[in-house]
Amino acid sequence: MNQRIPVTELASDFKGRAREALADSQLRSNFRTAMDSLMRKRADAFSDEDEREGLRELGNHIRARSLSNLPDLLEQLETRLTANGIKVHWAETVEEANEIVHGLIEAHDGRQVVKGKSMVSEEMEMNDYLADRDIECLESDMGEYIVQLDNEKPSHIIMPAIHKNARQVSALFNEKLGEHVSEDVDELIQTGRRILRRKFLEADVGVSGVNFAIAETGTLLLVENEGNGRMSTTSPPVHIAVTGIEKVVSNLRDVVPLVSLLTRSALGQPITTYVNLISGPRKPDELDGPEEVHLVLLDNGRTGAFADAQMRQTLNCIRCGACMNHCPVYTRVGGHTYGEVYPGPIGKIVTPHMVGLDKVPDHPSASSLCGACGEVCPVKIPIPELLQRLRQENVQAPGHEPVSVKGAGSKYSRKELLMWRAWVMLNTRPAFYKLFLWGATRFRALAPKKAGPWTENHSAPVPAARSLHDLARDHLKNSSIRRERL
Amino acid sequence: MSARTNILNKLRTSLAGTKPRPDEFDESLVTGPWRYPPEERVARLRELMEAVHTEVHQTRQNDWPVLVAELLAKREITNLLYAPATPHGGQLASAWKDGTRKPELRVYDRPIEEWKVGLFNDVQASLTGTTGGIAATGSLVLWPDRNEPRLMSLVPPVHIALLKASGIHDNWYDMMTAQNWSAGLPTNVLLVSGPSKTADIEQVLAYGAHGPKELIVLILEDV
Amino acid sequence: MSELFYDAAPNATRVAPAREPERRYPDKPAEVSLFGTCVVDLFFPEAGLDAIRLLEQQGIQVHFPQQQSCCGQPAWTSGYREEARAVALAQLDLLDDGRPVVVPSGSCAGMFRHHYQELFAEEPDNLRRAEELAERTFELTEFLLKVCKVQLVDRGEKHKIALHTSCTARREMNTHLHARELLAQLDNVERIDHDHESECCGFGGTFSVRMPDISGAMVLDKTTALRGSGAAEAISADCGCLMNINGALEKQQQAFRGRHLASFLWERCGERQPGGEQ
Repeated sequence: MNQRIPVTELASDFKGRAREALADSQLRSNFRTAMDSLMRKRADAFSDEDEREGLRELGNHIRARSLSNLPDLLEQLETRLTANGIKVHWAETVEEANEIVHGLIEAHDGRQVVKGKSMVSEEMEMNDYLADRDIECLESDMGEYIVQLDNEKPSHIIMPAIHKNARQVSALFNEKLGEHVSEDVDELIQTGRRILRRKFLEADVGVSGVNFAIAETGTLLLVENEGNGRMSTTSPPVHIAVTGIEKVVSNLRDVVPLVSLLTRSALGQPITTYVNLISGPRKPDELDGPEEVHLVLLDNGRTGAFADAQMRQTLNCIRCGACMNHCPVYTRVGGHTYGEVYPGPIGKIVTPHMVGLDKVPDHPSASSLCGACGEVCPVKIPIPELLQRLRQENVQAPGHEPVSVKGAGSKYSRKELLMWRAWVMLNTRPAFYKLFLWGATRFRALAPKKAGPWTENHSAPVPAARSLHDLARDHLKNSSIRRERL
Repeated sequence: MSARTNILNKLRTSLAGTKPRPDEFDESLVTGPWRYPPEERVARLRELMEAVHTEVHQTRQNDWPVLVAELLAKREITNLLYAPATPHGGQLASAWKDGTRKPELRVYDRPIEEWKVGLFNDVQASLTGTTGGIAATGSLVLWPDRNEPRLMSLVPPVHIALLKASGIHDNWYDMMTAQNWSAGLPTNVLLVSGPSKTADIEQVLAYGAHGPKELIVLILEDV
Repeated sequence: MSELFYDAAPNATRVAPAREPERRYPDKPAEVSLFGTCVVDLFFPEAGLDAIRLLEQQGIQVHFPQQQSCCGQPAWTSGYREEARAVALAQLDLLDDGRPVVVPSGSCAGMFRHHYQELFAEEPDNLRRAEELAERTFELTEFLLKVCKVQLVDRGEKHKIALHTSCTARREMNTHLHARELLAQLDNVERIDHDHESECCGFGGTFSVRMPDISGAMVLDKTTALRGSGAAEAISADCGCLMNINGALEKQQQAFRGRHLASFLWERCGERQPGGEQ
């Protein structure tokens, strides 16, 4: 099996990848079309504003309540799952998580793994880890299968292959599978179904993610449309679920609003085709289902985010992808530009704790802070506020304590700091400011024709002949209203 | 120190001096907008399920086996997986004895390991019961068990589900409360809201991704 | 639903603040201060002056504190909190006289309304002053519509315009409907929707110079949509967006332009207005 090319190697940095993506008109149109459609579907699914806002508040409340009690809930979850016969494993790092998963597969002499969609397994780069150990780990979600076939990473957390159109998928199937398939979407999907059905039949181990882990009943809940999640968690003799430690909720009833928020925000569907609640392995009198079910709880930086009350809010995320669907930046540059597992607005705020802000220093700046992400977030994560916070962390001076975000300070520049200090002088001393206005208006003809990056897209800005300070002073001196009142 | 201890310690340190948030779950938010007069529940469920390509028939307790035979004949299906130990399975079996030519009935009576290939490659359709339905989202609720195991409603390309009209709840919250789900759940509970589908290529909807290509719901109006 | 401060510990898990109730507006005051904003000051001074004229037309005495400069937003959004705070403090001191403050820009108004409270969160006295300033800060369009309850009389020719609303006006100030309502009062003006109307123009302050490629793609789409709408010109109540949109149009060598709403309203409804003078 081919190794995946890490997307980060395609172009040197975020800006370089963005430039390449912006120049790719096919990619641009694929994303714009898809995101427009997803935005429309979400809007239709939440036609009643009061209902939507009430539900978002409830969603936020449930997530905050869960996080405020997270360690106890995790222990309760472990107790209940164990009582139900599900074995719980804990991993601080992706290496540990991969070792656990690999150990479980080895214990069953597993050679073939079939995987339902799981973003945590993407964090772990589980496919590559297992491939290096001669274990085939095949994605079974159609979109994931397509990107795996092309040695790519998902470009969207819900729609992994959204950057490709049917023609490109057809060409890929022809090339990699040696199958002549037309560009007809049904035909493409039926080809995938045929190939993956055989894998579901043969696989030794099924891997899945978890949308919500319910502490009260010891239940893993998965939503999906395709049925591959049900296949992966039912057909192979062993099921390994991997998830982040934040995914736990207290009660079964808590998932009612969360599932509704998730499916409506993500796809505009009232509910997904399947909601799959798993509360144990096969019982002695049952005829199918895995003999063993395992849950791997992964930290991977989450406790770091948790330590900061403001950044803790990133752990509210239920992975719906609405923020990227509505993001004007994501829509234009696509998911691969971000170079990390989680793209878009949510990626910008959850990635720093996983990989360090110094590895993604441009992410916080790649936003106009338009606020569309925060407006649609079903669990009300204040994404723009957190981006602003990360910008502060990015420019922390060396030696700043405490370090609340891993890799903070990598954008620190003494030159820029001095510039802002000069800006403070200008804007806190009216005499300076007026002198500046006087100079800028008086010598406007001398305004430079090139003004750095600004003039890449704009004509050079030319100050007005007289500032508002001047105009207002003169005007108000003669104002009739003022005279009357005097 | 184990990963478990480290993770829990870090979380506890971060929460030092704080108390858990009170539970202020406002159930009216998940029930209020999703209430229907009893006579409208079937119509609501039917509308939502049909919108995602489910074939829905309203029939009666005594009539459905004939309808099943017709639906299978129309599709030239030659075998059907069913559960003889259930009341509806018994009813189907006796209806099948009327002397006319009907699809062969098959039974899921062994552990999956003993006939996985057969289930995957040979079975053309299955018939299962449901434990109820949800009007708000257009969903069937299945509690797979020994008689009707988990793969029975997933692997065959056509899945026929029986739904008693009286078992349709307004919304999921009402159903789980009425049936006291929080007291404990079986190995697997499923909400099924249509045939398997995907929109992963260009957002174009395609049915029959990995699960059933067709979902046929028979609503028994008189029970 | 939830008490935001059920647990005062700084490390307590946060919930989102409850939805803002609809803002309650005071009666029309006799005097206001105009905070012109630095972009208007230097690049769109006429818009600021027209805002003053519109307010005076409503019989309000307008003050323009000559010591004002910038609201502090550029440093704030760039992550320079201390620097933003220093500049914010200067404005807070300047605008401390209790007079309502009218701002012809959604983003600077949003800074006063929301972010000053974040900047001064750790300073009880300044926080109280920031909260008080937030209470009496109004974006120009909401002030005209909701406080002055203005009834505009359109004296202009038939005209088609496209309205671009800044993201801060839309999402921080909730004033995107106010500009629409004002324009709807003009009998001869037809407002035409443009493609992806609610989408950001790509300005985002320093975003436009830190990420010029992405920002450039956004403003190209926005200008294309505005030009393609069939409108004769674009109107906006935010000069940051206008500087971005007009600068891009000029670079593209297009004749189409955007104009500040205050200038547009003054041109069509200026001079004496029935009921305007007290």
